[in-house]
Amino acid sequence: MNFKKYVSIGLSVCSIVTLSACSDNDSNDSNDEVTPEVITQSYELTLSNLSNNQPLSPLAVAIHGESYTAWTIGEESSLGLEKLAEEGDGTDFLIEATDSGAYTTKAGAGLIFPGDSETLDIESISSDDLKLTFASMFINTNDAFIGKKGLDLTSLDIGDEMTVLIPVYDAGTEANNELSGTIPGPSDGGEGFNALRDDVNVVSRHPGVVTNEDGYADSILDSSHRFDAPAAKLVLKRTQ
Amino acid sequence: MKINSILAATTLPLLLASTIASAQTVDVKISNLTQGMFFTPLLVSAHDNNQHLFESGAVASAELTAMAEGGEISDLVTATEALGAINSANPAGGLLAPSTSTMVSDLDTGSNGYLSITAMLLPTNDGFVGLDSWVIPEVAGTYTIFLNAYDAGTEANDELVNGGAAVGVLGIPANPGGNGGTNGTGVTTDESNQNIHIHRGNIGDADSTAGISDVDSRIHRWLNPVAKVVVTVK
Repeated sequence: MNFKKYVSIGLSVCSIVTLSACSDNDSNDSNDEVTPEVITQSYELTLSNLSNNQPLSPLAVAIHGESYTAWTIGEESSLGLEKLAEEGDGTDFLIEATDSGAYTTKAGAGLIFPGDSETLDIESISSDDLKLTFASMFINTNDAFIGKKGLDLTSLDIGDEMTVLIPVYDAGTEANNELSGTIPGPSDGGEGFNALRDDVNVVSRHPGVVTNEDGYADSILDSSHRFDAPAAKLVLKRTQ
Repeated sequence: MKINSILAATTLPLLLASTIASAQTVDVKISNLTQGMFFTPLLVSAHDNNQHLFESGAVASAELTAMAEGGEISDLVTATEALGAINSANPAGGLLAPSTSTMVSDLDTGSNGYLSITAMLLPTNDGFVGLDSWVIPEVAGTYTIFLNAYDAGTEANDELVNGGAAVGVLGIPANPGGNGGTNGTGVTTDESNQNIHIHRGNIGDADSTAGISDVDSRIHRWLNPVAKVVVTVK
């Protein structure tokens, strides 16, 4: 059920992006003689899920400058990051990015299943201070998310691409008890976001899941849900 | 052909490294990336190419064993400084808690061209985080290194918290988080690989008063890397 909601959220955000792109085109159509300036830089982002049985929630992507840091090891998760990491809903995460000065944000179309990948096109104003941040939940966990924050884009020329392997973080907002009813993904169909913070309440690297096939009988997860790092592969190409 | 190219590949960095003799001043920021593992007092050592705090695949020295089994770095400090190393011992002033950072500022490396780092991981029997002989760049800038968790190979990973800090005494000295169990029966009494190797991780269990282990499988596991080091060459 929750997944339908993710899809509709993804679509609504996409349509907003489309509208703003249209208004850009309108202004470009004016026939003035001024030498055209490059006002946008465009990127093609491809994210591949390298896990065995951890679908990824719809991607939440932002292009921004120095002013925005999505998370820091040892510091509390924002509320938006908590919702992304516990429920897979990146809506508030992207609103926070925008409120912190992000130039542009984009949501993925839907879940990215293990072995699958998704390609998104994203464009931003031109700047010499361009960074990319994205995050996505491993949905068969309590509060694991994958992502990259503040990836420097300024060294990428048009046509260049870079490949980055992506680690797994723990939002620190929900204990990794792996219990039935606490995990939103298909392994459980349990609860997503809960405002209670009953874990260390700081972001860290994730310790991995234990599962009921490794001595933790109460776990709703099985060995198929185990993972290691890296969790995903990001290929980022500058197209304009 | 293969052998030649391997030789060339390994000799070249050594030749380049041997030319590094100019004094460098570095800042070293060390972040514990884990959610539940503590680092014992860190040793950050600038040394020459004649010494190592540890080498993966080799037997641990007595000094390293004392660090890995009990968090005791004084023997490593003495041994390295006798050979000209410049050390920063215990920059965090004690344990480096999970997901926290510490900073070594303005370490003058003198003529030493290599940087190494160690600290024991708690709660483990002889697990440690390590950096072995990273070549300090000559070019000023900021460099990021991710460190893995090693097993010293000197003590069986029984995962029993019994205060066993002394070399040769089986057991984990302490669980600083106080979030584990007691009365475990012991995971193993064997240490099959007695050379320094990548740590297999804690097994743990979810039983606070019995089970095989005194560490908690939901809290005291980790995935590599376990530390992030940012070196600023000034």
